This record gives sequence, structure tokens and C-alpha cells, in this order.
Amino acid sequence: MAAVVVDRLAEETPGPATPARRRRGSLPVWRWAILVIVGAYFVIPLYAALRFTGFHSFPAVFTQEGFAPALELSVKLAAVTTVLTIVLMLPTSIYVHLRLPRVRRLLEGITILPIVIPPVVLIVGVLEVSPGFLKSTPYLLALEYVVLAMPFAYRAFDAGLRALELHTLVEAAQSLGAGWRQTLWRVLLPNLRTALLSAIVLTVALVLGEFTMASLALYQTFPVWIVAFDQTSGPISVAASLLALFVTWVFLMAITMIAGRSRRSGGTEVSLFSVSRRTTGGS
Amino acid sequence: MFLGLGLPAIAVAIGAFQNSSGGGFTLSNVKAATHGIYLQGFETSLEVAVVTAIVPGIVGFLVAYAIFTAKRGNLLRRVVITASGVFANFGGVPLAFLFIATLGSTGLVTGWLTAIGLNPYEHGFDLYTFSGIVIVYMYFQIPLMVLIMLPALEGLRPAWREAAQNLGASSWQFWRYIGGPVLFPSFLGCVMLLFGSALAAYATAEALTSGSIALTPIQIGSFLNGNVLAGQQNIGKALGLGLVVIIAIAMIIYTLAQRRASRWLR
Repeated sequence: MAAVVVDRLAEETPGPATPARRRRGSLPVWRWAILVIVGAYFVIPLYAALRFTGFHSFPAVFTQEGFAPALELSVKLAAVTTVLTIVLMLPTSIYVHLRLPRVRRLLEGITILPIVIPPVVLIVGVLEVSPGFLKSTPYLLALEYVVLAMPFAYRAFDAGLRALELHTLVEAAQSLGAGWRQTLWRVLLPNLRTALLSAIVLTVALVLGEFTMASLALYQTFPVWIVAFDQTSGPISVAASLLALFVTWVFLMAITMIAGRSRRSGGTEVSLFSVSRRTTGGS
Repeated sequence: MFLGLGLPAIAVAIGAFQNSSGGGFTLSNVKAATHGIYLQGFETSLEVAVVTAIVPGIVGFLVAYAIFTAKRGNLLRRVVITASGVFANFGGVPLAFLFIATLGSTGLVTGWLTAIGLNPYEHGFDLYTFSGIVIVYMYFQIPLMVLIMLPALEGLRPAWREAAQNLGASSWQFWRYIGGPVLFPSFLGCVMLLFGSALAAYATAEALTSGSIALTPIQIGSFLNGNVLAGQQNIGKALGLGLVVIIAIAMIIYTLAQRRASRWLR
């Protein structure tokens, strides 16, 4: 038994310097099998839809009636939601990490709620309690989106903050005479750039894709428009949603590429949700 | 936070116990919501949620583990993570359409399967019923699982695996005594989250079945759209309260699981 393990270890460690790296680099067969099967499950429906619509439907999307206003509303909502979410969540997460570590678990629990409380239920209550002046503007929807985006934003910030030596950074900044605003703006924010980016991306993806609340609150956002439009022209509406999917994905890819490049010199990688600890320094 | 989430939830809870004419206290809405077609709605919703939490939970875990062990900064890893971010937010009519084009009665895969003599519609499959909903829900549940499971996997230190191997543990022993126990609470927590997300899904089910199958969120939606008899509006709120109660139970399990998991994930 032991001999077998030693043999295997010997095979896996060509040089003394990089034992772990080689293990990670090679994907054994079962992993490829899973990725291929799951990949097929995701790609085949996309292909089927693409075959149905045909490429000629894509240019027609942009000239359809209602395209511009719906897109404008969605983009506006995405912008307002993103700004509000960051202004609310970034200082909160920093403060909690710095001063109230005990509250972290509680906050994590609370931020899970919007993922699971059915939007259908939420919108019933929202329409009930919201004052009339808010109900007539789309910003009511933006406020609800802030709540929906909170779990994603919080988790991104949380992951980013955990990878930092937060106390050291803040203390160093303050002993060099920086005020709070300066510390936040010139020290913490540049360090949290990746976390910030992923929070933005997830928020934007969420707002651009949300359908339930917008349709039940009777706003014609982009996803609602696609559906309303579906009644009149099937292929073009499908083309529009495929296009939206693809553009969002390219956007996300671009952001992780940029973020990945800028962090290469550092010891940590921050992806959308996961953060790897520095391997040096114990736990 | 309170304005956006707490107040509406309280309004729903109060509304569930009010009669529609004036606002007096009544239990009739709750009673109506737990009988007949609405009870059936809860049952079907629960069945769908359980199946679409466990199966995508396992598949999503395997995918997350597969890309977790891939090299950092690897292209495949980036593609999977970003695609998960996009697909986890995908749903509604576009998603329903994707599957109608794939597994509908004239869909692409249906055609392939018929060609090899396995027409799924002759073997009890129907996209617009339970089996179809399960397959379609997995399209956003698996990516969600990948996204929420990845941070938990970070807790599995490579050092532990190396230590186990040095002590002569086999791969099976490693998972049985180290990896399994460390990850199980996180896994359970994530599955609970998937359960809640499946229970809450509205747009996709609505688009796919257009009401042909009794699911609680769709029933609530129909109350909102005004397809109800006068005097019954508050049954919708009672149904909403029912969903919130079920999810609250799931969340308590989630919190307990997380508390156990956090022993290893600092």
C-alpha cells in the first residue's frame, strides 16, 4: 500500500520545486468526461435555438419597434442599481470586516435571503407598501434590484476582503497620515478592483436578465420586451435573447481577462466568487 | 434592506390573514391555500424543488471540483466561471424556447433520439410536465451550484491531501475521512440554497407550462395578474406566506450547515 503511494508520488513529482503545480495542471479523464457531458447539455440547446432562428434574424433585432426604449430602460436600471449597490455594500463590508467580524456570519445569512425569497412574493409586498410617487417611476424597480443584487455583491466583496491583509493596510495608511476617505479611495479601492469588477458584472448580468419583477410591476425592460415581442415574431425574439446572452458573456470574459492580467504579479487570484489564499503564511 | 425586503414581507404576512372586504382577521385564506388545487401546487413545487436541488447539486459539485483542480488562470476555468455567471441568471421565455427547440415534440434532440428508435415522447417524457421542468431548471441550477460551491472548495487545502497521501491514504480514504466530512456541510448548505431557488422560480415555469401544471409561484402570479374571482385576492398572499415559511425552514438548515462548515473555512 505504502509502496504504491510512494510510487505514485514519485511519478507526480518530477522536480522538488513544483509538486502541487503539476498535479493541478493535468485534468484526469473523469473530469474531462464530466465537463464534456455538462458542456453538451449547455451547448446543444443553444445550437438548436440558433438553427431555428438562422443568422439572418440577428440584424433585424436592432430595427424592431420598442428595441431602443426597452434597452435604454434596462441599461439605465443597471447603472442606477450598480451605483447604489456599490455605495451601500462596499463601505458596509469593509466596516464589518474591520470592526465587527462577529457580524459577518449574520450578514452572510441575511444576504442569502434575496436569492431564495421568491421574487413573486416580494413584488406582491412591494406593490402593496410602496408610496405612489415611487410606483410611477422605474426607480422602484432599481431599489428592488439593489436588494436582489446584494447577495452577489456582498459575496464578491467578502471574497476580495478576505484575501487582503485588511488591518495591516488600514493601519499602515493611517500611520502615514491618511484620512478615512483617502484610505478607502487610494488604498483599499485599488486593492479591491477585481472584487469590485465582479460585483459590477454580476449586478449588471442580474438586472439585464431579470424578468419576473419587471413584468409583474408592468415595466417594459429588455427581457420583458423580448417576451412581449415573442407574440408577434418568434425567430427575432429568440435571436434577441441569444444575442443578449452572448454579449453578457463576452463582457464577463473581458473583465476577468483584464482583472487576471493586472493581478498576475501578486500572489492571489480573485475570480468571480473564489479567492485563493496566499500559500505562504500558514492558514 | 428593511425597506426593500422586510416591509414587503410583513405586508404579505399581514395580508394573508385579512379578509378582502375590510381587513378583519380571518383564517379562511390560509385554509383555502392549504386545500385542493393549492395544496397540490405546494406538493408539486416541493417535488420539483427537491429533485432540482439534489441532482444539479451533485453535478454542479463535480463541475466545480473539476475546474477547481485545473490550473489557476486556465482558459477553461475562466470560460466555465463566466459562463456560470451568465447562465445562472438565464431564465424565462428565452430558456423555455431553447428547450422547446431541443426537446419539444419536433426538437433537435427529439429528432436524433427518434432516429435511433428512442422517441422520448413514447417513453413517458413530456417537456411541458414534471420531467421537462426538471431538465429545464437544471440549466440555471447547475451554474448556480458551481458559483456558490467554488468558495467552499477553497477550504480543502492541498496540504491535507498531501498529508493524507504521506500517511498512506488511498483516494477513497481521503474522500471518506477528510474531504467528505469537511465539504459535506457546505455542500448541504448549497443544496438548500438551490432548493430555495427552484421553489422560487417563476418566469421559466410560467413560460414553459403556461399554467398546465400546478406550481405555487405560478398560482401566486395569476393572483397578481388579476385572473381571480372577487374576494379571493388575499389567498395569493397566503400562498406567498406558505412559500416563505418553507424557505425559512430551508434557511435554518442552511445556517446550521454553514456554522458547521465554518469550522474549517476561516
